[in-house]
Amino acid sequence: MESLNVTKYFHDPVTIKILNDINFSLYESEFVSIIGKSGCGKSTLLYILSTMDTDYEGDIVIDGVSMKGKSEKILARVRNEKIGFVFQFHYLLNEFSVLKNVMLPGLKLGLYSEKEIEHRAYEKLKILGIENEAFKMPNQLSGGQKQRVAIARALINDPLLIMGDEPTGNLDKKNSEIVFDIFQELAQEFKQTLLIVTHDNEFAARTTRIIEMEDGQIIRM
Amino acid sequence: MRNKLIFQIAISLLLARWKQTLVAAIGVTFSITMFVTLLSFMTGLNDLLDGLILNRTAHVRLFKELSISKNQPADVYYKNTKGHNFIRSVKPKNERLDISNSGAIISTLQKDTRVLGVAPKITAQVFYNVGSIDLTGVINGIEPLEENRLFKFNDYVTAGNFLDLKNIPNSVILGKGLAEKMMVTIGDVVQVTTSKGERLSLKVVGFFQSGLQDIDKVQSYASIKTTQKLLGASANYITDIQVKLKDILGAPAAAKEFESFYEVDAIDIQTANSQFETGSSVRSLISYAVGITLLIVAGFGIYNILNMMIYEKMDSIAILKAVGFSGGDVNKIFISIALSIGLFGGAMGLLGGLGLSSLIDQIPFNTDSLPTVKTYPINYNPNFYIIGGIFSIITTYFAGYFPARKASSIDPVIIIRGK
Repeated sequence: MESLNVTKYFHDPVTIKILNDINFSLYESEFVSIIGKSGCGKSTLLYILSTMDTDYEGDIVIDGVSMKGKSEKILARVRNEKIGFVFQFHYLLNEFSVLKNVMLPGLKLGLYSEKEIEHRAYEKLKILGIENEAFKMPNQLSGGQKQRVAIARALINDPLLIMGDEPTGNLDKKNSEIVFDIFQELAQEFKQTLLIVTHDNEFAARTTRIIEMEDGQIIRM
Repeated sequence: MRNKLIFQIAISLLLARWKQTLVAAIGVTFSITMFVTLLSFMTGLNDLLDGLILNRTAHVRLFKELSISKNQPADVYYKNTKGHNFIRSVKPKNERLDISNSGAIISTLQKDTRVLGVAPKITAQVFYNVGSIDLTGVINGIEPLEENRLFKFNDYVTAGNFLDLKNIPNSVILGKGLAEKMMVTIGDVVQVTTSKGERLSLKVVGFFQSGLQDIDKVQSYASIKTTQKLLGASANYITDIQVKLKDILGAPAAAKEFESFYEVDAIDIQTANSQFETGSSVRSLISYAVGITLLIVAGFGIYNILNMMIYEKMDSIAILKAVGFSGGDVNKIFISIALSIGLFGGAMGLLGGLGLSSLIDQIPFNTDSLPTVKTYPINYNPNFYIIGGIFSIITTYFAGYFPARKASSIDPVIIIRGK
């Protein structure tokens, strides 16, 4: 994955250059963290990289394919197939069971039969050690468990890349530790590529590569 | 597979807010129920009122009118000169009132594929002799069987059997009002004098009640033979030929054609009774307008509920988009929510409409002028159900369309960042 000369402006209330000519590449099975002060544009960069934000200059290349000017439908497909998300807030759908929540992106992709996807979802939950909660509703789970379900959901389609926006930001020390361990395990054992935005320097220090940002520019990578 | 998933999500969102959903569905149910009931009832009434006249009226009536000749000798003679002819006080000449060559006309008409049936008729002006008083009246000579088949004659015979007209010679069915005036009952004999002074005794075999009192006070029915005898006319004496067509809308054209082809006067039902046509079309227009208004109000209800649901489910929509659902998928989810409300509510509404209209059908409704009607009239026209069903789906579709479009254009970044 590459980011080429990405520049973004915020226009409201006045035009501000929030990202200035960002260039970097991310290679397979890297565990990268982006750190920086609040407002330095690290989340903004993440959303641009995630293809959800399309209002930018420059280009994003994911798996050798340029994302510039692609239709909303194709971008949705890319997110579905190649990117997994973990947000600060878990964003589970309360109408569905834990297992179903994990299955949703898989069902959307439709590569496997429903039975198979169910099996795979269960496996992912097992990796994260919450298989016993599979048939509960999300609101019956603790915060840490919910975040782990969200990670399982991010994993369901075996994405090329998992992106996290402050995934431990809402968790206490103990749960943060668990989530970090999971990420580390994914990186080391499953060779999963990870790109995590965080302001937790301790967390960042344990990743394989740190990208530090300030005022819309990368100052260390 | 993909659609099944979308449908599953739609159902889950629906069930998560089942009370609101139910209210929306009840709104649709109520409006469809009222729509169907209103139209069934209104059309039932319309048919009843129209039937009063239309059932008993021939689609095309062939007759001979005594009128002045259209080709006056003066016009023929001065055809090639300039200037106008003014002829005053032209009088019709004394012609026979019967249709000439009626037997041939009837048999030709019966072979016409557009024609459902033909019933000959004789109208005779008479005086009913009650003691020393003479009451003016009209005797219609009819063929009872054909008259019943085409114009539901039996429906208006309230006492006695209409077939007796055919089976008992010199028999008559009197109008109810006339019979009361003359104080006769079935089995009595009445004296009748024609305008030419001939007298005949007729046996009363029944009463009829048309619903129009003025008619019941002067008219009575006898068989064609009896009437011919009364008038002292031959067996081919027919003054009217009533034609019932398969398609009532073809009447004006058919009337014109018969008029020139058989060289008689012809009038179609639309020309003769144009006021009924207007009345019933305005009435159905009003009931359609009310019904559709109800549906649109229900549509706004669905619109509101879906809009609210979208605000509540902003996060869910955002995350669905983040994990790879496109705007089109989200759009489909909300459209299917709206359509399931419409389908469910609409189906219940159609059932409710059927129930309510059959309930109204049971309510007693007795009126002197309509002897055959015992309960409120209902028209179970399947078209109302089809229109109601289609309209419920269309309204709910549009009620869902705008909220769905809004939902599909939600930007996940803004919502996820906002937290």
